[in-house]
Amino acid sequence: MAIQEHAAAVLTAGVDAPDVRLVGVRKAYGDVVAVDGVDLEIASGEFFTLLGPSGSGKTTTLRLIAGFERPDEGRIELAGRDVTGRPPYLRNVNTVFQDYALFPHMTVAENVGYGLRVRGVARRDRRMRVDEILKVVQLPGLGDRKPIQLSGGQRQRVALARALVNHPQVLLLDEPLGALDLKLRQEMQIELKRIQRAVREVGITFVYVTHDQEEALTMSDRLAVFNDGRIEQIGTPAAVYERPENAFVAGFVGASNVIRRSGRTFTVRPEKIRMTNDGGTRRDDENGATGRIRDVVYAGMFTRYVVDLDDGGELVVVRQNLETSSTEALDARGRRVLLEWRPEHAIETKPKREEKHESS
Amino acid sequence: MVEGGAPLRSARLRLSAALWRRPWLKLSLLLAAPVLAFAVVYLGALISLFVSAFWQIDAFTAAVVHKWTLDNFKTLWNDHTYWRITGRTIGIAAAVTVTDAVLAFPLAYFMARLATPRLRALLFIAVLLPLWSSYLVRIYAWRTILAKDGALNWVLNGVGLPDAGLAYTNRAMWIVFSYVWLPFMVLPVYAALERIPESYLEASQDLGAKGSRTLRSVILPLALPGIVAGSIFTFSLTLGDFITPALVGGAGSSFIGNVVHDKVGQPDVPFAAAFATVPVVVMGIYLLIARRLGAFEAV
Repeated sequence: MAIQEHAAAVLTAGVDAPDVRLVGVRKAYGDVVAVDGVDLEIASGEFFTLLGPSGSGKTTTLRLIAGFERPDEGRIELAGRDVTGRPPYLRNVNTVFQDYALFPHMTVAENVGYGLRVRGVARRDRRMRVDEILKVVQLPGLGDRKPIQLSGGQRQRVALARALVNHPQVLLLDEPLGALDLKLRQEMQIELKRIQRAVREVGITFVYVTHDQEEALTMSDRLAVFNDGRIEQIGTPAAVYERPENAFVAGFVGASNVIRRSGRTFTVRPEKIRMTNDGGTRRDDENGATGRIRDVVYAGMFTRYVVDLDDGGELVVVRQNLETSSTEALDARGRRVLLEWRPEHAIETKPKREEKHESS
Repeated sequence: MVEGGAPLRSARLRLSAALWRRPWLKLSLLLAAPVLAFAVVYLGALISLFVSAFWQIDAFTAAVVHKWTLDNFKTLWNDHTYWRITGRTIGIAAAVTVTDAVLAFPLAYFMARLATPRLRALLFIAVLLPLWSSYLVRIYAWRTILAKDGALNWVLNGVGLPDAGLAYTNRAMWIVFSYVWLPFMVLPVYAALERIPESYLEASQDLGAKGSRTLRSVILPLALPGIVAGSIFTFSLTLGDFITPALVGGAGSSFIGNVVHDKVGQPDVPFAAAFATVPVVVMGIYLLIARRLGAFEAV
């Protein structure tokens, strides 16, 4: 299965066991199977993302690693040690919660120092480490504030500092940027990568949960695409984006541009399609198709065209508004067009997931 | 229905539009009844209580003499009996409050965080059920339980133990008060515990804290406002009671309320009023301390 292929690609020089290993992990709530047999290996220092729609099992997987849930079946290892039966406080992992879960009755410094205090770190040492980590997350001097006095972005950083100050082996992040507005989210993505690089020397592995495919692609070293409690594909962002293994991955990571040619299924990325006005003669071969523009979505930087193909189905085409004005773009509605792409950009995908699991 | 700019035909629509334009009128209509009741009934009674505490009774005619004097308070201050009664009242109120807090917390925790919705509903009914019956009936029930030949001693003797000897004692009052006011502690503590997000407890564990540590450092501080709210009920309700001491307590277990009750019957309303200000002052001090401890800080 995919793990074996990619394990070689991951640079884990000098480390025998992966930092996180899940073997056949299954978790059900009553009749609902949240995680349905997940195998996963994450190397030390990696930025690994669990990507998927809501209800796909990615958050449950994270909570299983943290120890908030116990698996029905399977094994969870941290640095080669079986921790399946251990409570959260006996696992060397820390979590950044989606709602930050900052203790409202404690100051920022008390929140950040909580883990150290619990572990009996002396007061002076504690203060030093708290100050130090608050500098890393760029919140120096805010130690005396209460969480309620902070902005969303600042709370986010405090939550991060509270987890990082303990030097966990693995840092678990549960959609940490989900509550922030777009601009702040983009800033925090860059910030988070900076912090990750800063603490990589200490060997902290980042496991990141998100439903935002762009976030997953920009931030991860590798990512796993979840669907219905299973992993559809594991790989580097480029591999997952450019060579999706099946229709689900193709559709979730990017637009679902699926075409069928002689019984096989291909997917073409919207930005890889060249659209011209030459839609006169009907065409439907391996690297081209004719159709009519049904819908135009003007998005400022680019325009998204939905094209109904002559042989049925549709393709989404994205074009930069290089020399196009919004009126010109919107006027294209109803026009006949020819779509063409390079043969290597039509990626063959397996339509059904079952095939993949039979091979594993 | 109403088109933009169309004339408002029905009177009800005109009225609602008029109210919409005058928010102060809406507010006055909303608050008129409660403000009136509060000012006349509640504050009126309280003020007349304080005022009459500074009056006196004519020894011969038993009529109230409207002359300002501190004699009532001087009597209270100088007579040791009143000090003892005040001490007993406060002491038992405090003991009842602590007992109820200790009993209510685990129950409320279970109801708020562990019980299934069905079990939670059942426990709510169990907690509230006693409030459906008369207070007086429940006190008499306890009298029967604690009496010398009552249910408690009958059970104890049955298993070969001596009598509990609780009938008509301060301990009997403590037990009965703890029982009757328990729901008033369970409900606010439940509300406080229910509001704590699960993620706080998970975060505490995640940061290395075992259960006892999480309880001490996260749950208790966040539940404190609920415990204080409950304690205000249990403390003040005990402080002002006179039925339980009269029915369950023995000779020499009078509360402030009993003295007030007796004095009103004599009738010496001014002295009763003077003594009745003591619980008010005690509650005031209690609330100040609670505030100082940060119990009312909304987090």
